[in-house]
Amino acid sequence: MSLRSPLGYVLGHGSAREGVHHWWHLRTTSAALAVLGIWFVFGILTLPDLGRTSVVAWLGRPVNAVLMMLFVAATAWHSALGVQVVVEDYIRGKGARVLVLIGVRFVHILAGAAALFAVLKLALGGKA
Amino acid sequence: MSPLSRPLSPHLQVYRPMYTMVLSISHRASGVFQSVGMILLAYWLVAAAGGAGSYATAAKVFSNPFVKLAIVGWIVAFWFHLFAGLRHLAWDAGFGFEKQSARRSGRLVVVLAALASLFTLALAWRHLGGGA
Repeated sequence: MSLRSPLGYVLGHGSAREGVHHWWHLRTTSAALAVLGIWFVFGILTLPDLGRTSVVAWLGRPVNAVLMMLFVAATAWHSALGVQVVVEDYIRGKGARVLVLIGVRFVHILAGAAALFAVLKLALGGKA
Repeated sequence: MSPLSRPLSPHLQVYRPMYTMVLSISHRASGVFQSVGMILLAYWLVAAAGGAGSYATAAKVFSNPFVKLAIVGWIVAFWFHLFAGLRHLAWDAGFGFEKQSARRSGRLVVVLAALASLFTLALAWRHLGGGA
């Protein structure tokens, strides 16, 4: 006989009351990053040089712009979830832990938003 | 119960170092290290979007020897975290839990990461030498 209530069972949120989405998103973004990360590394390696003209031409191609935005988004999300686990494991004291968790999340959102906007500007802004 | 008396999860100091455990902590360390790299990636993209002036400033930052050393570190961390991550995904799917296979896959991760890093560094040498 299970002591779980039928409502708790169908909601599937468990004792932490938030379900498995954190664990699951960390895994799905890792699978995405295995592909996108290799694309990014080889994209950089095969550029003729890292001067601005080459980089702008590279990200000016729609395929590269979309893949770069996916890479940045998946990186920010995966990194936010991963660093969160590390902070939860190592930082003692509830107040400090909550502050660091919020700070880490803000930094990830800022870096992700800035990088996405930069790629959009390069992809849509024409020459410059 | 006071929050300080509650044990927190990894008590690394009470264990004798084993290389499977060193690999596990290296997975976390390489992940956190790459999170710092993400900020530099964002800076690089924003500088490129900002125009020739801001990109020239970024090029100076990236030509700093410490930043170059960090980039070498990020290349190694990338491949190690990727292969170690695939090992973790295999565990999540229920494969490779036996002590022997966990040790063998650990060795494989180190060898693959070393080979991929050397290959990438060889190709990245011209970027790290001149250009940006």
